Amino acid sequence: MKETYNINEKGYYGEFGGAYIPEMLYPNVEELRQNYLKIMAEPSFQEEFNALLKDYVGRPSPLYFAKRLSEKYNTKIYLKREDLNHTGAHKINNTIGQILMAKRLGKNRIIAETGAGQHGVATATVCALAGIECIVYMGEIDIARQAPNVARIKMLGAKVVPALSGSKTLKDATNEAIRDWINNPVDTHYIIGSAIGPHPYPDMVTKFQSIISEEIKWQLKEKEGKENPDYVVACIGGGSNAAGTYYHFLNNKDVGIIAVEAAGKGIHSGESAATSALGKEGIIHGCKTLLMQTPDGQITEPYSISAGLDYPGVGPLHSHLYKTGRGEFYSATDDEAMTAGLELCQLEGIIPAIESSHALAIFEHKTFKPDDVVVISLSGRGDKDLQNYIDYFKL
Amino acid sequence: MNRINQKLQEDKKLLSIYFTAGYPNIDNTSTIIQNLEKSGVDMIEIGLPFSDPLADGPTIQASSTQALKNGMTSQVLFKQIKDIRKSVSIPLIIMGYFNPMLQYGVEAFCKKCQEVGIDGLIIPDLPVDVYHSEYKSIFEKYGIINVFLITPQTSDERIHYIDSVSDGFIYMVSSASTTGAKVGFGDEQSEYFERIANMNLKNPQIIGFGISNNETFTQATKHAKGAIIGSAFVKHVTNNGIDTINTFVNTIL
Ligand SMILES: Cc1ncc(COP(=O)(O)O)c(C=O)c1O
Repeated sequence: MKETYNINEKGYYGEFGGAYIPEMLYPNVEELRQNYLKIMAEPSFQEEFNALLKDYVGRPSPLYFAKRLSEKYNTKIYLKREDLNHTGAHKINNTIGQILMAKRLGKNRIIAETGAGQHGVATATVCALAGIECIVYMGEIDIARQAPNVARIKMLGAKVVPALSGSKTLKDATNEAIRDWINNPVDTHYIIGSAIGPHPYPDMVTKFQSIISEEIKWQLKEKEGKENPDYVVACIGGGSNAAGTYYHFLNNKDVGIIAVEAAGKGIHSGESAATSALGKEGIIHGCKTLLMQTPDGQITEPYSISAGLDYPGVGPLHSHLYKTGRGEFYSATDDEAMTAGLELCQLEGIIPAIESSHALAIFEHKTFKPDDVVVISLSGRGDKDLQNYIDYFKL
Repeated sequence: MNRINQKLQEDKKLLSIYFTAGYPNIDNTSTIIQNLEKSGVDMIEIGLPFSDPLADGPTIQASSTQALKNGMTSQVLFKQIKDIRKSVSIPLIIMGYFNPMLQYGVEAFCKKCQEVGIDGLIIPDLPVDVYHSEYKSIFEKYGIINVFLITPQTSDERIHYIDSVSDGFIYMVSSASTTGAKVGFGDEQSEYFERIANMNLKNPQIIGFGISNNETFTQATKHAKGAIIGSAFVKHVTNNGIDTINTFVNTIL
């Protein structure tokens, strides 16, 4: 049998995925599961989704040949410019899709979690666009770390609610959003920000983000005369930009799939977010996947300089890619990512998000052949990270 | 016969109390169980703390966080209650999230439960269909009853399915909420309680969430076999310690 990397009808990628949710969430998740593919296939949905991606988000995002970076690493490097999207990252591809989904499901209240604030901004943006109430849960510590994005979310008319439980960061914001959903089971849709959570979220988010690889194919055909690169590279927090970047290449073994996780201060430093290296199979936020945990099964707190990669789990697709060996997994430390980010600024005039800088740090870990075509997902821009860059480089 | 089934046959309304193991102090577990039994409680839910308790409100979250800080783990809990059956005969249920049990090993966990005399488990994030297809035979092998939740939003069809898979009681969540979020019942609850009572399920129902005093206990048990108190008891322990458990129980019964 041909191995497949797509989700099966039960909501699993291999052994990973599923919906490990309390009964209180069942009606909502089940409603979504029964309807999401049908709704996504409706011509009116497709039309509205594509029009918004084009005119509002600014798609297609360019596939840019990075000449000087290519010269430096002696290979052919293309950057998929998700940083040029409205709101500055790939996150908006998913929130556009999900707000249209929520409207068709008749929901009139949106909740979301956010770590760095990028997904919070992308959600608040589409809620403003649709005229729907929006509540964003954010860890108390992240609220303090990400003040500009908190302000943006508020300006867009959404309410920011601090998550005060646990470690007061992304995983706790996700817990609070899920608790909100339990308490508001009828009128609310939860817009999850990555390819995580109970089925059908990982698949739905992946499909909304798959526009990234769909475009890469025809753009590369125009530029290189072939649809398939030799490698696609992306950073992984929960794994949504990666899932979108890999999607149309998953079942084509000629395309190498490369994932870069955040090693923080080093994989074995105790301050890391390299889930594939440090994680073990378990359940987080309703999903069976690899996650960082104690031997007793308590979820541990990850660390990365990049708030968007600071998640103790990873989407189930990526656990499957890791376990089957279909994906090559690397991790970049804070220092490697910051250095790679600054290098992109100086070689190409592009200031990347620190998350994306992790993908750029792949060249510290792997050498490519001169005629390899390597497409890197530049998932976001660095505006939101300026303070971090200032502090790190003492600018 | 399992102690839970035996208890359910008694001709009375049952009071079940939840507490978080390892809270307020790591070694309170046995004392709390013994005091609850002495106070006339019918059934006990021992909360195995989890770092990310999705279905719980602030009170149980805070007790769980503290319990974990105090060093509670599955292994510590089993060690603490290894001789509990020498001093109590009350039905004991462990309520916990699935990941710690998965890491312990589901079969090893059930086996250990049988060894120490735990009668049942409540695992809010283990869905009934996954239990049915993957774990039911293991639970049955060790005589452990698994208890499922239903809510006001659960469809009749699914309630019948849950009833068919259950073999003890059904945990009726009184309203769509996390634990401790809402106190008291309105018309919506009365309607829901009556609707379920009229479904003639094979398993008796015990109502939980939103019960904190004699009034809500009486309301809940008008239609159901019993009621469960969690957050209100944890709050009592926070404020008064574990020596006055009978005072709390007396205000309910
Ligand atoms: C620019 C950027 N890239 C990547 C990520 C990581 O998320 P994911 O792994 O879902 O793509 C984030 C998350 O906030 C982000 O803002």
